[in-house]
Amino acid sequence: MDLHEYISSGILELYVCGALSEEESREVSRELKKHPEIREEVEEIEKALSQLAVSVAPYNPESLLASIKSKIAAKKEKTVPLHRKTSSIFTYMGWAASLLLLIGLFFLFNQNNDLREALKREQTRNAQMEQQIADARENAERAEELLAIIRDRNTTRIQLAGQAVAPDSYATVFWNIDANQAFIDAQGLPEPPRGKVYQVWSLTVQPLRPTSIGLLSDFAEDENKVFQLRNANNSEAFGITLEPEGGSETPTMDQLYVMGTVGTP
Amino acid sequence: MQQDGLIQELQNGNERAFERIYQLYSESTYGIIFAIVKDEKVAEEILQDVYMKIWNNASSYDSDKGRFFTWILNIARNASIDKLRSKDFKNKRQNLQPDNFVDILETRTNYAAATDAIGIKKFLNAIEPVCKKLIDLLFFQGFTQKETAEELKMPLGTVKTKNRACIKSLRELVLE
Repeated sequence: MDLHEYISSGILELYVCGALSEEESREVSRELKKHPEIREEVEEIEKALSQLAVSVAPYNPESLLASIKSKIAAKKEKTVPLHRKTSSIFTYMGWAASLLLLIGLFFLFNQNNDLREALKREQTRNAQMEQQIADARENAERAEELLAIIRDRNTTRIQLAGQAVAPDSYATVFWNIDANQAFIDAQGLPEPPRGKVYQVWSLTVQPLRPTSIGLLSDFAEDENKVFQLRNANNSEAFGITLEPEGGSETPTMDQLYVMGTVGTP
Repeated sequence: MQQDGLIQELQNGNERAFERIYQLYSESTYGIIFAIVKDEKVAEEILQDVYMKIWNNASSYDSDKGRFFTWILNIARNASIDKLRSKDFKNKRQNLQPDNFVDILETRTNYAAATDAIGIKKFLNAIEPVCKKLIDLLFFQGFTQKETAEELKMPLGTVKTKNRACIKSLRELVLE
């Protein structure tokens, strides 16, 4: 077997997650006991996933150990062993019958468990589908809302043209003056490099003064690249600059990507 | 690191071994449970039940079947999903929870002391959307490879290789 190929196939990750069938899992366990390299790899995967799970925990549940131990102790006291001495053929037959019954019960129990597992998975999937439908509905509502804003007679459309750093980029601002809302369509901007974020500025020309109206956060995540920001300024122009994460107090002018002036209505 | 001797001791009913196991695994177990039920108090209850089960059923762990970590993972996920489906829980909580582990982590301001917070943050910044889904389904929700493939409409083999790539980037950023 080519160890390297086996390791890089991704089967070990599924093994640690518990996503393989029982048979496949047994196979991996066998290989793991034969090859220290596989064992090492599995331990690394386990460590990373465990760290991830730890980070999700709201806090370290150390303090619960005492309560778990007292529950265990309470249970122990209840199960004091009974001693009784009887032995006859009937006793043995009794035991044999119970054993048979137990085996039968165990079989049923196992089957029942399998069914419950399957049901549980179906239920989880159902819940996820419901969520997806809700998400889709929400998206549709949002799109409708956008369209209404764009069609509104009070909405001014301002084209922002690419500047020296990025001559090919462009953006559009839909500014509804009555509602103090600005929608930025940033489809024409390149994805910002890691650690940077686009910041939108409202500008007045006389005197020249930039006011930040917000960041285009989660740029990469946003699929339609339309951002809603509040703008209560008497803007004469809009500009978008690339700033360090968190934004800046004043625009970094040599990172001005796009700019455009508000036309007289 | 799986300590086979320690597990053996646990299976023999050694309470010290149980305490050690609890120290080693309880925080990650709590994270898994919390990712599913999203309620600190409920997750605490489930965590206690899960460790009672670990103590009572330790002998049913078999290293030929899989890792001890995975065994605990399964107990925790099953107990949490059971709770999630129970009537009293459904009535108590509506759909106001975040979606997955990434949403939970992104709204988190302080991480547990044992976490490499910088590594996790780097990971969150770099994680691809598909990795978010894969790790959520395979690790946190306990979907099988096949179920994940169906859910994400992805070939079986892609689930396997892509998941490896995702966990690889986690390893690179979290374990240095």
